[in-house]
Amino acid sequence: MAVASTDTAIRTGNATRVLLYLVLLLFALFYLLPFGIMVLNSLKPLSEITGGNMMALPEVWTLDAWRNAWSQAQIGVEPTGLQPYFWNSIKMVVPAVAISTVLGALNGYILTKWRFRGDTILFGLMLFSCFIPFQIVLIPMARILGITGLAGSTAGLVLVHVVYGIGFSTLYFRNYYAVFPTELVRAAQIDGAGFFRIFWRIMLPSSGPITVVCVIWQFTNIWNDFLFGASFADFDSQPMTVALNNLVNSSTGVKEYNVHFAGAIYAALPTLLVYIVAGRYFVRGLMSGSVKG
Amino acid sequence: MAQAAGGADFRTRLQHLIPKIVLAPSLAMVLVFVYGFILFTIYLSFTDSRILPSFNLVGFENYVKLFKLSHWSIAITNLGVFAFLYISICTVIGLFLAIFLDQKIRGEGMLRPIYLYPMALSFIVTGTAWKWLLDPGIGIEHTMHLWGWESFAFDWIKNRDYAIYTVVLAAVWQTSGFVMAMFLAGLRGIDNEILKAAQMDGASNWNLYRRIILPQLRPAFLSAFVILSHLAVKSYDLVIALTGGGPGRATELPATFMYSYTFSRNQMGIGASSAVIMLMTIAAIMVPYLYAELREKK
Repeated sequence: MAVASTDTAIRTGNATRVLLYLVLLLFALFYLLPFGIMVLNSLKPLSEITGGNMMALPEVWTLDAWRNAWSQAQIGVEPTGLQPYFWNSIKMVVPAVAISTVLGALNGYILTKWRFRGDTILFGLMLFSCFIPFQIVLIPMARILGITGLAGSTAGLVLVHVVYGIGFSTLYFRNYYAVFPTELVRAAQIDGAGFFRIFWRIMLPSSGPITVVCVIWQFTNIWNDFLFGASFADFDSQPMTVALNNLVNSSTGVKEYNVHFAGAIYAALPTLLVYIVAGRYFVRGLMSGSVKG
Repeated sequence: MAQAAGGADFRTRLQHLIPKIVLAPSLAMVLVFVYGFILFTIYLSFTDSRILPSFNLVGFENYVKLFKLSHWSIAITNLGVFAFLYISICTVIGLFLAIFLDQKIRGEGMLRPIYLYPMALSFIVTGTAWKWLLDPGIGIEHTMHLWGWESFAFDWIKNRDYAIYTVVLAAVWQTSGFVMAMFLAGLRGIDNEILKAAQMDGASNWNLYRRIILPQLRPAFLSAFVILSHLAVKSYDLVIALTGGGPGRATELPATFMYSYTFSRNQMGIGASSAVIMLMTIAAIMVPYLYAELREKK
């Protein structure tokens, strides 16, 4: 690579450029509209949605739907709103992300700096576990959670998300540590530093970016999970995604679209905020989750 | 001196043991919860398990039954249609958006995050938004009627023959931006000097793309294909939120089939066998890919 310019050397004419911008803007609309219209309509009273045009601005701006979705909407048996489920999700996500990230960092460190015979095969086994269709583990997992008394509990969900999350977190840290100079580790060893000391004093201080990538990825994945939540949770542990689906797809009564929309926005807000604040790291996580190395 | 050497030797041995001790819990979890469970489910698929696991072996009976079920053949056919359209449309949109964005576009920094943000959303949120847009009584169709286009019809979500395409539409909306990012990263990795040299030799833009740029994007094509196909086979949440598998069974996929046979219809043996088929489909794609990726690294 002589000059690492980020742009292409392709030259385009003026007419082509107008067309380019047109297409790009149209697609921007395509991606923005579904969510944008949903936000707009969550601020309308129900009558304006069922009787009016979804593209129109609200005649009466109201936060009623937002209040209703948060604390009053009927989900399951109780009119609790989404609030308790939001906290269920938080209680599940925080420990699951923390544990899987710490384990991933240690695993990545071992698999790159303390290599042993067969380590690549072990890593391959961990990596494949990221991609299995989870239907293949649902039945035995339900049995094990039942036997250990973890069924329907937040602890059970944390266990599930840690188990199926360490593949990715290990992948992130392994690829990151693979390019970390091994000579530094060797030099520290000669000076008498042990396994944990090297990890703590040499590896961790330079692991900031990859930790952010890993935390964001795990957070997004676990927050957005539906299958495990729907299979293994009960009222005290049901995450936000399951509650939202119950709210939207329960067949009883009038469909309160504005409440559904507000609920969907609550469910989307945490991951969306993370994306807006740390989009760069989110993209990096996506990329290294697919294009390894 | 000898004593010190002995002490150092013990410490070295301990130092070599610690990494393995630290790795052991993760490894044990993966071996039990992933591979042990896979073996257990494979075993169940050869038993007459109904509401509870049974250990009474019945050979391939569940697989024979499975492939005779019209419900399963609908799910398989739907997956074929869905996966083909989803993968190809995402790839085309992703590739073109990436190429367009790569033309020194002003505002690229604004556009890229807009294309990519749906990837941060849950499929349940995506399903909720699109379910309503696609509802003819209140969504896009209704709006077009209000705007005076009375004959406009877009009721695919209620139509057995077309409902599967609405799942494709919502899924493409969610992931095509991600494919764009993969291709864009590939494009940015291409050496400009080669392009400039080819331009001086009089190559047209079309030829530059066809002869030089696209061939260099091969790794991005491969990654996109692998990621999208495994997402397609695993698709569950989106169908549940968007159509619930309906109307009728029009949008049933293997993932929804497995769930309903195992947990609602109490046909655990058949449910397990359908999960095994899903795993084999994904393994056929992922194992060679991961194998190649890990070997290259060495």
